[in-house]
Amino acid sequence: MGSFLFNFFALLTVICAVGTVVNKNAVNAAMCFLLALVGVSGLFVLLDAYLLAFVLLLVYAGAVVALFLFIVMLLDAQGGPRRPFKPVTIAASTISLALLAMGVLTIYERSHLTAAPATPAGPTLKEYAYQLFSTYLLPVQIVGFLLLIAMLGVIVLAKKHEGLEDIK
Amino acid sequence: MITPTLEVYILLSALLFAIGFFGVLLRRNTLVIFMGLELMLVAATLALVAFSRYNGTSDGNVFVFFILTVAAAEVAVGLAIIVALFRKRQTIQVDELNALKK
Repeated sequence: MGSFLFNFFALLTVICAVGTVVNKNAVNAAMCFLLALVGVSGLFVLLDAYLLAFVLLLVYAGAVVALFLFIVMLLDAQGGPRRPFKPVTIAASTISLALLAMGVLTIYERSHLTAAPATPAGPTLKEYAYQLFSTYLLPVQIVGFLLLIAMLGVIVLAKKHEGLEDIK
Repeated sequence: MITPTLEVYILLSALLFAIGFFGVLLRRNTLVIFMGLELMLVAATLALVAFSRYNGTSDGNVFVFFILTVAAAEVAVGLAIIVALFRKRQTIQVDELNALKK
């Protein structure tokens, strides 16, 4: 049962991720991205990270994809005709594909990752809360400050600046 | 509940990362490039959760919390930059955004 669910969610994730990347229409790409996130969230449930699955759906599928769709509709940017790739791009993608394949092969050949799961169940909400407010208290504060900075930055960026000259 | 081995999860994570990476490398629409970036972040998240589950710790899961927060902030700022750019240049295709090259 678990194996079937894993295969299902893994296939859903990979197919939808490919759909995100190759789709010409930006709205369709955003929808595929949403489905890929649902797949990843299902994988989180299989890994007993129930809270993270919920948060991923809430933050990514709820907020981020909605924001993406909003911007796509706002800008109406469907793009022009597809031009051929530059030689530099082709060379870079070939090299990076080779490097990625080498990395995955190294994982398969050299690593011994097939350890059995240690605990019967994933962490509970209480454990998350305890860790966040004891071990990771300073990062929590820093991240809160980062969110504040991001909010201020977005307000400044979204405002219209009359005095600035065009960079053309 | 978990029957696949850790290697399978890592492989899936690497595959997802590769897909996002090639999206960033090969697409011209800035919004789709941004979605590729998000895919790469989610792939890293999946690897962290899998490692954390198979080692019996919850540190990886807590890390994922921080990644989600930073990703949310990143998306907000990035999309604001794209909107500002579109307002100024009337395009978001990366081929036409080459003012710094000249």
